[in-house]
Amino acid sequence: MSTLRVAAALEAAATGRAAPVTTVRHVHLADRPLVLIPLSLAGEACAPLAAMVGTDRDAPVLLTVPNPKDRTDRFHFAARLAGHVLPYCETFATDTESYEYGRGKARELRERSTDAPQLIVPNRAGVGFLRLLGRSTRFRRTEGPYAVDPAVPRLGQWLSWFTDQNEFPTSSLCVGLTQMLTAHWATGQSPTEDAHLPALMGWIDPPPDTDGPTAARQAEDPSRFPPAGPTTDPVFDGMLTELYTAIGQASSERRRAAAIRQLEEQLRTQLLPTWRLMWRGLDLLEERSAGRSVASRWQTDRDRFTGFAAYVADGGLPQGRWEHASGAARRLARLEDAADRYASERAFDDPLVMAEYELTGEAVVGVVTVANPSRTVVSSSGRRLLRPSLTLTVPHSGRLRVGDEVRSPARTGQKAEVLAIRRTEEGPYEIDFELSGGMGRSQRPPPPPGTVPELGDEVCYTSLSVFTLPAALPDDASTPWTHGGPPQPHAPTDDDANEAWE
Amino acid sequence: MPPTSPQAPGSIRLDRLRGSMERQDYSARKITALTVNPGCERRAVLDAAGIDKSGLAARLGPTAPFGQSPFAITRQRAFEEQLKANGYAELITLLRAELEVPVAEAAVADLNTVGENAGWWPRAGETRRLLGAIAADHDARVILDHPVLTLNVAGTNAYLVPDAVSHRIGDHLYIVVIKSFAAVDGQADAGKVAEAAKQAAVYVLALRSVLSGIGVDPTLVAEKFLLVLPKDFANRPYGRLVDLRQQLDAVRHQLARLGRVEERAATLPPEATLDLSTDPRTGHPTVGTDELVHTVEALPHLYGPRCLDMCELSRYCRDAALRDGDPAHLGSVVRDSLPGLASTAAAYALARGELNPSAAQEEVAALLGDAVRLRTLRLAGGAA
Repeated sequence: MSTLRVAAALEAAATGRAAPVTTVRHVHLADRPLVLIPLSLAGEACAPLAAMVGTDRDAPVLLTVPNPKDRTDRFHFAARLAGHVLPYCETFATDTESYEYGRGKARELRERSTDAPQLIVPNRAGVGFLRLLGRSTRFRRTEGPYAVDPAVPRLGQWLSWFTDQNEFPTSSLCVGLTQMLTAHWATGQSPTEDAHLPALMGWIDPPPDTDGPTAARQAEDPSRFPPAGPTTDPVFDGMLTELYTAIGQASSERRRAAAIRQLEEQLRTQLLPTWRLMWRGLDLLEERSAGRSVASRWQTDRDRFTGFAAYVADGGLPQGRWEHASGAARRLARLEDAADRYASERAFDDPLVMAEYELTGEAVVGVVTVANPSRTVVSSSGRRLLRPSLTLTVPHSGRLRVGDEVRSPARTGQKAEVLAIRRTEEGPYEIDFELSGGMGRSQRPPPPPGTVPELGDEVCYTSLSVFTLPAALPDDASTPWTHGGPPQPHAPTDDDANEAWE
Repeated sequence: MPPTSPQAPGSIRLDRLRGSMERQDYSARKITALTVNPGCERRAVLDAAGIDKSGLAARLGPTAPFGQSPFAITRQRAFEEQLKANGYAELITLLRAELEVPVAEAAVADLNTVGENAGWWPRAGETRRLLGAIAADHDARVILDHPVLTLNVAGTNAYLVPDAVSHRIGDHLYIVVIKSFAAVDGQADAGKVAEAAKQAAVYVLALRSVLSGIGVDPTLVAEKFLLVLPKDFANRPYGRLVDLRQQLDAVRHQLARLGRVEERAATLPPEATLDLSTDPRTGHPTVGTDELVHTVEALPHLYGPRCLDMCELSRYCRDAALRDGDPAHLGSVVRDSLPGLASTAAAYALARGELNPSAAQEEVAALLGDAVRLRTLRLAGGAA
């Protein structure tokens, strides 16, 4: 946690209200997100209890399981959930745009969807539950003994894919709301307590006439604010046990139907407060304008969606139970790149995030006190090159050293090299920079207006690098023998689908 | 079903603190919770005195909602019953598979009761007798079901009941822990496995202590334990041997630190009591709430957000932490980044230049000051 975030937490504790830690929004918000609140049956590995799902805040759909211990009932629930998730995903596959990929000889024309689905769940635990639900459904057979609806294994593939994307900080395809909110606000409570959506929302958006700590405290009373799932309140479970018994022991079809209605009413009461909180939370995020890089990250998400939708449409096999070594290595490399990319893009997009790097000395901000826009140098080959220089007066020199290459968020296409660092008599530092690039084609002074900082401008320079595409790891076929050679492609076995059904 | 039996002679001071209430015994879970927050003397003393912490919390005010879902309880019970059905056939199969024992069957000694008696003493005695027999006979194939082990925790005798102790395999006895969270594709929730391993470490130490007590080499107990979980999404058991060396070191270390609970209790005024009983005639509490608060406050606590998951008094302590502005209530990361600062309000005031830092606080005050200044500047739309 950065010192800046600590300062924000102290401010929140002092003022009784969550403190923003960003000035812009760093996550993409879909026009039509699919909000999904899963509830799980306590004690079981992955037994759904109920879910509330939908893209319309005024029309949530409640899905329940009349007997959660019964596997047939559970997969019937999965089929009904698939009835909401699959058509939602399919609507994004039809509208596409073409774009050029690669350069030079390798250039090709590709297609991608103009928009992609976005799955929003209350918290990280909800994502974890959907991951298990995906695993428990994607290998199901659609014929033979214990056959399930064909939509069930397909739902499993999609849920497995969505929850995989959640591991990438750059991706907005499947996110827990508490993850999004804590990335934008700091509260006066601990991270453990922040994972509880009602308490977190209490700090960010307390009801009128109350403050964050009071609202968060009230949110801990499960009878007033049901937990956002997937784990349910034990007292609530006690009541459900009675209802399930009543359903199981109903003496007539009419009584059974009445008991099921009662169960649904209870579950609706349990889920609706979270449903409302989720949409309110999305509204709060919507109030911030999106950071500059959000669109390009969403473009990557759209690319990934397009690829997976095509794979599924072609009848692609379900994801294996285990990732093979080279796939795992590639995935790890992608995760690392995503983390780096997200960190630097956030800082370049958001001065408040960049301030974290100012504190650590990886960025400096100061006023241009000397500007020499028309400066030229002679290259080793004797050519005259336009290399403007400027001097920045800054309170601290940070960790910059002479010779460092730095960039400014205002002009990411322009490189700046540290030429000299001096301490002035009055105390602040003066840093000389030499600029190159980002000035259009002309090599003759002066540079076009606005392409270099001017006298009196306040400018930020940072040693953080603008994200560039990382070197790709070898594909499966080129896996070296030291790493086991090319892996066997995943082939589903009978064992994958075998599962006790009692 | 807490067994009732005459209590071993314990500390008079701690017994007095409990008053007329029945003693709440130690469990492996309580001990591992203590090791999570070893610096909390309040919890250490309350547990050593066997005080009903949830009853106490209810008297003090806000309580933490603890409790297991009836669904989870049913499932755990069903899973254990399945393992032990048909003369423990499934458990023996797992032992055979995981420990490569070429033995088809083993006898089982059910120690849930001795005769008709479910009390600690007879069960602990019978456990000792059986362990002695196993130690003397290399081929003894007796699995102990819910044996009662004793361990000295902070000067008090704790009775600990592992799910099972395996028969003797390759000159080792193994602790068996049965949990009902699943292992999906060979992977289980790492946090829950760690918790189970800590509990197992407590059992291993207890088993060793019992063996030492009857003159048997304690290294007979393996440094691994058999963790039994349901496999994937069904109720079929799945077992793995889990290495315990790290947890053993950690638990041993923390138990040693817990040592001086009695000394801490002795610092309380002699009349101090946390008796939660009510007068049978009037229905009024024997001891007033003010007095309870007074005594609890005399025991230093160490609140951290992790307490919320495991301690009945956590809400009470959190309120105090909030009142005092103890940085720990914001989590360990924030607390660790505020060295030398006892309150969030003071830290905030220092950061805003409303308070002059002491020499020791200068560095952190300067850093926080920069952070607050930059926050204000950038939130107001200041450049860059």
